Parts: sequence; C-alpha cells; structure tokens
Amino acid sequence: MEEVIVSIRGAEKTYGKQIVLKDISLDIKRGEIFGLLGPSGAGKTTLVKLLVGLDTPTSGETYLFGQRMPCLKLAGRIGYMAQSDALYTELSSRENLEFFASLYGLKGGQRRRRIEEVAELVGLSSSMDKIVAQFSGGMKRRLSLAAALLHEPELLILDEPTVGIDPVLRQQIWSAFYQLQQQGTSLIVTTHVMDEAEKCSRLALLRDGSMIAAGTPEELKRETASNTMEEAFLYYGGARP
Amino acid sequence: MRIAALVLRILRQFIRDKRTMALMLAAPLLILTLVDLVFNGENYVPNIGLVSIPTTIEDKMLKEGAHIQKYGSEKDAVNDLEQQNLDGYLLFQPGRSGKLVLEGSDPAINGVVMKWSQDALKPLQPSNIKQKLKIAYFHGKEELRQFDYFGPVLLGFFAFFFVFLVAGISFLRERTTGTLGRLMASPLRRWEIVAGYVIGFGIFTMLQAVIIALYAIYVLDMAMYGAFGYVLLITLLLSLSALTLGILLSAFAQNEFQMMQFIPIVIVPQLFFSGLFNLETISEWLRWIGLATPLYYGAEALRDVMVRGNGWDEIYGDILILAGFSALFISLNIIALKKYRKA
Repeated sequence: MEEVIVSIRGAEKTYGKQIVLKDISLDIKRGEIFGLLGPSGAGKTTLVKLLVGLDTPTSGETYLFGQRMPCLKLAGRIGYMAQSDALYTELSSRENLEFFASLYGLKGGQRRRRIEEVAELVGLSSSMDKIVAQFSGGMKRRLSLAAALLHEPELLILDEPTVGIDPVLRQQIWSAFYQLQQQGTSLIVTTHVMDEAEKCSRLALLRDGSMIAAGTPEELKRETASNTMEEAFLYYGGARP
Repeated sequence: MRIAALVLRILRQFIRDKRTMALMLAAPLLILTLVDLVFNGENYVPNIGLVSIPTTIEDKMLKEGAHIQKYGSEKDAVNDLEQQNLDGYLLFQPGRSGKLVLEGSDPAINGVVMKWSQDALKPLQPSNIKQKLKIAYFHGKEELRQFDYFGPVLLGFFAFFFVFLVAGISFLRERTTGTLGRLMASPLRRWEIVAGYVIGFGIFTMLQAVIIALYAIYVLDMAMYGAFGYVLLITLLLSLSALTLGILLSAFAQNEFQMMQFIPIVIVPQLFFSGLFNLETISEWLRWIGLATPLYYGAEALRDVMVRGNGWDEIYGDILILAGFSALFISLNIIALKKYRKA
C-alpha cells in the first residue's frame, strides 16, 4: 500500500504573467483517496489537468506510474472526470456510455456488463435510455462519473465530482468511492467543501496556486489545534492565529 | 474500433438533431429553388475568333466591343474554344453562308456573342449575311438557361456552406462542453479524432450530395451532360474540404456566434470568386483570390461535368487540388489538436 503512483515535482504553471501554480511537490500512494482542497481559483483544476496530461507544467514535472506526463500510453489506466459534465446531451445515457467505453477498447458483452455495473453504482440504471438533455444537474454529474469508471482505471482523477449534488446522493457517491478504494483504486478528488475533505485519506490544501499544507485530516487538525477542517484551513490561510 | 465508435456517435447525434439535419438537407434545396425562380446579360467583352476571313469582309466589319483573334484553320479555333480562350468563332467559307460557333456553356455569354456578331456584320450586305448566319453550339444547347450555368456553382456552394457551418459548430461544442477534454484524456489519438469526424460527416455529406444533386437535376431540371458519379465525387471532395476547414476554424471561435462570423469572411468571398460572376469582369489584382479557395475548383469541375459534359481528363486537376486542400486542412487539424494534448 506504500507504492507511490503519482509524483509531482516542483510543478509551476503560468499563463502569461499570471502564476496559477507555484512550486507544487507531492506524492500520492496507491489506494489513497487524495483530496485537493481549496477555494475556487486556487489552481485545483489546473493541477488536475497537469495530472491527466491535458496541460503541461511551465516548469517541473509530473509522473504517473513512474512515467513522465503527458503520456498517451497511460491514458487507459486513468479515469478522468472534468469539472464540466462533458456529455453528448443529444444522446441517451446508454449511448454516451457506449461511446466512452469504446474509446477505451471495451466491446461486446464486456462493454454491456461494465455499463450495467457503473449505472448501478451511480444509481442511474432506470434512466439508461433517457436523453441526457432531459437530465437534472445531479444526474448528469453522476453519468459523467460513470463514464470515468467504465474501463476500471487504476487511478481516478475527479474534478469536483459532487458539486451541485444533494447530501443524500453525495453520501451515495462517497460510498461508491470507498467501494472503489476497497478494490484497490486510487482516487484524486478536488473539492471546496470542507466536510468532504474529512473523508479523504490524505489531502493537500491549495490557496492562490500554492500548496499551504498536506497530510491526513487528523494530522492537519492536530497540528493546528482545530476541531474542524474549516478551522484548520483558516489557520493555514493566515486568517486565524 | 475507436474511430467506428466516433463515427457512430456523430451519426446518432445527427439523427437526434432533426433541425440541423433538415438544415443540411432541405435548406440547399429551398435556396436552389428560389434562385431557379429568380434567374431565368452584362458588360462583357467576348473573345471572338475569325476563321479564314476574307479581307473584303474584314475591312467592312465593325470590330469594336470584342477581343478578336484570327485563325487560318478551324482546327486552331476549336482548340482555343476547348481551352475556353474563345467564347465563339465566326467561320467563313467561300460560296457558303457564315457560321457562328458558340462555346455555349454560359447562356449570358452566348447572348453577348450572338448580338456582337450580328452587329459586326450589319454593314455588309444588310439582311443578307445576318439571315444566313448559322449558329452552332460547341457545348450545351440553345435552351441552356442562365440557371444552368449558375447551378453547378450553387450546388457546390451549398454543399460547402452547410457542411462548414455544421461541422465547425459541432467541433466547437465538443470543445466548449468539455467532451474534447474527455476524448483527449482517453487513449484516442489525435488523428483518430480527425478521422472519425471526416468519416462520420463524410457519410452524412454523401447523403446530402446525393439529395441535392438529384433534386437539382431531376426536379429543377438543371443541365446535366456529364456523369452523375463525377458530380457526387466532386461534391463529396468539396464538402470534405469544407468539413476540415470548419473544424480548423472552430479553434478560433469561442462560441457558436463567433463561428457564424466566419461566414462573411470565409464563405461569402469564395462565392464571388468561384465563377458565379464572370471572373474576367473582376479586377485583375483580385482574381488570384479565387485560386486560393476550394470552391473555385469545385465549381469549375462541376461546371465541366454538368454543363460541358466533360469527363475525368478535364476534371482530374481540380479534383487533385480539392483533395490537396482537404489533406492540408486535415494535417493542420491534427497539429492544432496538440494544443489540447501534447502527446
């Protein structure tokens, strides 16, 4: 369980004069649910894009499974869910999943089986033949998550997976995450919701492009003598003594 | 097969989006019909050949208003007619009445040449030669209407226009909704994305080409002297260049509205330089623009087949250039996608 699968080494990202990420270094181990916590604009999405290979750092490196990103060969081992739902709204949920599954080389019975499984996991089994345009925000979010799970990736990178989802469903989604973790999947989850941060195995706090702290939720709270993650975050942000 | 999945998805999206499908299939028919109803002359200076003209006639002729070229034998004149260097020639044979041979593919030019010939010959033996002047058509027929000459250009134009717009917007959507990011995070290769789009839209475009061509030829009764297969091939290649150009330019648009802004910049100028208007009446320093647009070659090839009844030998040059445009745009697309994934 101690194998490092994600390693970020001094990653910096600038767009013109704007510095989006400042000297981020961190390791993520196999089987962890690693949280990236920070307010919007902190650089979470940019960091996620570097990890997925959709962007390259201005300086520094990112390694996944010991290989330097971006690397097309690794794409099949990663599941990615973007902040936007990224679905084809003219198509039904089944057609969407069929398409994404085919991109990862799933076919025939295996593809059908995986579609059933992920639909079950996100609670959309009864809406598989509905057109996505008719879906609620929460349903789209769950379908988007299902699409990222289809090819049973070793590493799931999820950008705000529970935004706009009600507490009951959020609970369900987190239990799905734990289930995946049990099966040996590693997860990287960004969030700006403090109570979600408590559920992660370890997390990094981001603010204005810098990583201000990293550790298990207990460690972070203990170090700052806080009762909640929110207090800990305020402490690291300098807003609380 | 990843490309097949992409193709299937594109076709399914088309079938769901009935309005867009209707736009691509029905709008060209509607507009062609309107143009047909509206159109049915110009300050054009015709190129006219005089073949074995006796000096007695030549001295008396009114030669203003035309570019005149003299020929010793009819063979040379026919050759120039084929090359479209001549719009028509007057043939004089001893002891026989004069004969006017028209290039024939553009009814407007036919009219200009006929009128010029009659006026030019008026001073000699009034009524006599004018009445005896026999008129022959090299291409086309007497009943060729103005629309028949425009038709092939419009056919190509609509195929180009709608494919450009719809392909550009669907690729733009792929980018703005984030699905392109998802594709880029998958093992799909950049060239596979472009190939999927080309094939998916290609199938649909084929259908569009068949419907437009059949409608124009059989319902609107557009002139058609060549092979139907060539018309389809040219339309398909033209649409392919529109598709790949649309995808390429969509990278420079932030939303659908900005995509529409390419119409006056990229689409409309092509129409002006594609032969809808006689290029020889356009300022010389602007004419080169036509040579840089796919529609110019598509329209020329379509006209060659439909109006002049020409075959492969006449059109393969245009076809190669059209294919070259597509190959260029496809390569640029594959390179442009690097912006979204470096590997």
